[in-house]
Amino acid sequence: MAPLEHYLIVSALLFSIGVVGVVVRRNAIVVVMSIELMLNAGNLAFVTFARFLDSMDGQLVVFFVMGVAAAEAAVGLAILILVYRNRETTDVDELKLLRL
Amino acid sequence: MMNILAIILLLPLAGVLLNFLFGWRRGEKFAGWVAVAVMALAFAASVAGFVQLLGLPPTERLLRVDLFKWIAIGKFEVNAGLMLDPLSSLMTLVVTGVGTLIHIYSIGYMHGDRSVVRYFIYLNLFVFFMLTLVLGSNLLVLFVGWEGVGLCSYLLIGFWFERPAASEAGKKAFIVNRIGDFCFLIALFMIVGIFGTLDFAAILQSAPGKLTVGGSAVTAICLLLFAGATGKSAQIPLFVWLPDAMEGPTPVSALIHAATMVTAGVYLMARMYFLFDLAPVATNIIAIIGAATLLLAATIATVQTDIKRVLAYSTVSQLGYMVMAVGVGAYSAAIFHLMTHAFFKALLFMGAGSVIHALKGEQNMNRMGGLSAALPATSLTCTVGGVAIAGIFPLAGFFSKDAILFSAMTSERGGLGFWLAGATGALLTAFYIFRLLFKTFYGRCNLTMEEQRNLHESPASMTFPLKVLAVLSFVGGWVGIPLIPGVNIFDGFLAPVFGAAGETHHEVLFELAMMAVSFAIAILGIFLAHNLFVLNVKGSAGYVERFPGLYRLLFNKYYIDEIYDSLVVQPIRRVSVRLWRDFDDGMLDASVNGAGGFVTLAGDVVRKLQTGYVKSYAVMMLVGVFAILLYLTTGVK
Repeated sequence: MAPLEHYLIVSALLFSIGVVGVVVRRNAIVVVMSIELMLNAGNLAFVTFARFLDSMDGQLVVFFVMGVAAAEAAVGLAILILVYRNRETTDVDELKLLRL
Repeated sequence: MMNILAIILLLPLAGVLLNFLFGWRRGEKFAGWVAVAVMALAFAASVAGFVQLLGLPPTERLLRVDLFKWIAIGKFEVNAGLMLDPLSSLMTLVVTGVGTLIHIYSIGYMHGDRSVVRYFIYLNLFVFFMLTLVLGSNLLVLFVGWEGVGLCSYLLIGFWFERPAASEAGKKAFIVNRIGDFCFLIALFMIVGIFGTLDFAAILQSAPGKLTVGGSAVTAICLLLFAGATGKSAQIPLFVWLPDAMEGPTPVSALIHAATMVTAGVYLMARMYFLFDLAPVATNIIAIIGAATLLLAATIATVQTDIKRVLAYSTVSQLGYMVMAVGVGAYSAAIFHLMTHAFFKALLFMGAGSVIHALKGEQNMNRMGGLSAALPATSLTCTVGGVAIAGIFPLAGFFSKDAILFSAMTSERGGLGFWLAGATGALLTAFYIFRLLFKTFYGRCNLTMEEQRNLHESPASMTFPLKVLAVLSFVGGWVGIPLIPGVNIFDGFLAPVFGAAGETHHEVLFELAMMAVSFAIAILGIFLAHNLFVLNVKGSAGYVERFPGLYRLLFNKYYIDEIYDSLVVQPIRRVSVRLWRDFDDGMLDASVNGAGGFVTLAGDVVRKLQTGYVKSYAVMMLVGVFAILLYLTTGVK
């Protein structure tokens, strides 16, 4: 089995890609996907530690995260569809109605 | 079986409720007759109470009832208590009797006014409070009535509130009375402090033990009570509201500002006579102020041209007589004059109202004259009233004024000065009232032909009360004929209330001489008025030209309103403006606005962070997360 660092580096990489995606991409769908990426980077770290520590706790958390992520994706996509219908765009830079 | 006192009191209140609930829809006629009916019933109940009193032996003539316990704080208790003794019985009879007549008169006078229902509600409410005032068995109940009649006075003076002058006059009456009421309230506090009770009987019993004659406490209480009375009873220095109160409907002037409410101060002092007897300094001041008021007002009344204003100043002057009588200790005489004055002054006011009604609102006497032909009933009854107030034997005013003059001369607290003031006042009274009669009803008519053709006598609802009051003004004084022992029913009836203070010992010859003098004085006044305003009309104008300064001084009422304005109103106004600008605007508002301004400013700064770009939020969050991570992992502080 590969050493712990390898798994964590992959996880950190995935997370960073997700962060960059959230910060730089303008398409809201891509932003949501980037968030999923970050969540799954966290999941990877959890299962890694669960494996190396011989404990089921981390795996348990992963299931929670997946459940929450599914719900979040459903709600997020529903919102995006409504936004698109109303505004005909999913560009997050153009969605700034709350600003004065 | 309900108590007779409660019935007297609650009848006018029932009228208020009936008219309040149904009067608006049923209209003028219903409202008027409901108001009159409850007044007539209240009068009948008052008579019943009076008869019940007469059935008791003289020293036990007192009916008391406690409706409910009102206030109980530790040992201090106040009941909502009523009592009927000879004094309050007399007042009740005057209030309900004259009040009923004035209500009947109002039906004719207010006919066609669009707020007539509101008028009758106020009028009944006034009577309710006035009865509370005279029937209360302790000072606090009296005070409730006192404030209530003040309120109704304000409402009725400003009844035609669309007219700026009327609403101004209402406010003036209310504010000026507030000064007196404030003093009255302090007197109440002092009485509670000293006696621990406000009940008349209890105070009467413990007064000699708890107060020393001429002590500072009793003097202060008496002066404060008197200050309250100067407000209600229109004495110097607070009389200025009464002439302006003539802006109200004329029956209101007759009821509130002649017959009943303005006598409340006199009633209060008569009710608390046992305190005044203990304060010689205070009573001296009271007598002096009464004398000064009666002279001041009588002189002003001699030159006024508005018929109601002449009567208003006459009222102030007659109230001065009553206050002087209280000051010299002649409480019975004061109440006697109060009663007769209620008759003839209500009569004169309503007569003036009848004239004003016939002339469609004209109040200037210079435009009247010779109205006796067109208004026979009014002019005849008014003449009776005028003769009565002038003090001509054997009408009511003669006996009551004589009683006051006699006491002013012979009482221990009186003196020649008071008698002279009263006698001069009597001369002026006869003069100004006959000036009014001559200028209004006799002599040449100054109306246009058109107006003369339209003259008409008032309806029966207005002339009937005039006739009744004319009879009362004629015979009302006969209950107080002095000289023959046992005939002076009035003093005898009030004797249980005032005790020895009510008795003056009469020396027949001296009394007769005094009567002759006061009669002669009245005749002289009438003679002068006749000379100036009938025989030699140009002569009166000549006097005005010869003494222009004096005339202007009197015509402008000694400039007292102007003096008060510059000494009291304007300084208070200036201080208020300063407080408003500097304190309210400058400090209170500024601090509140400053707090708001600070928040706005802070918001402006923080708002810059809120760009609306989701990405910038994400970056901020990221930076925050890294900062926290850094802190947790390295322990940087």
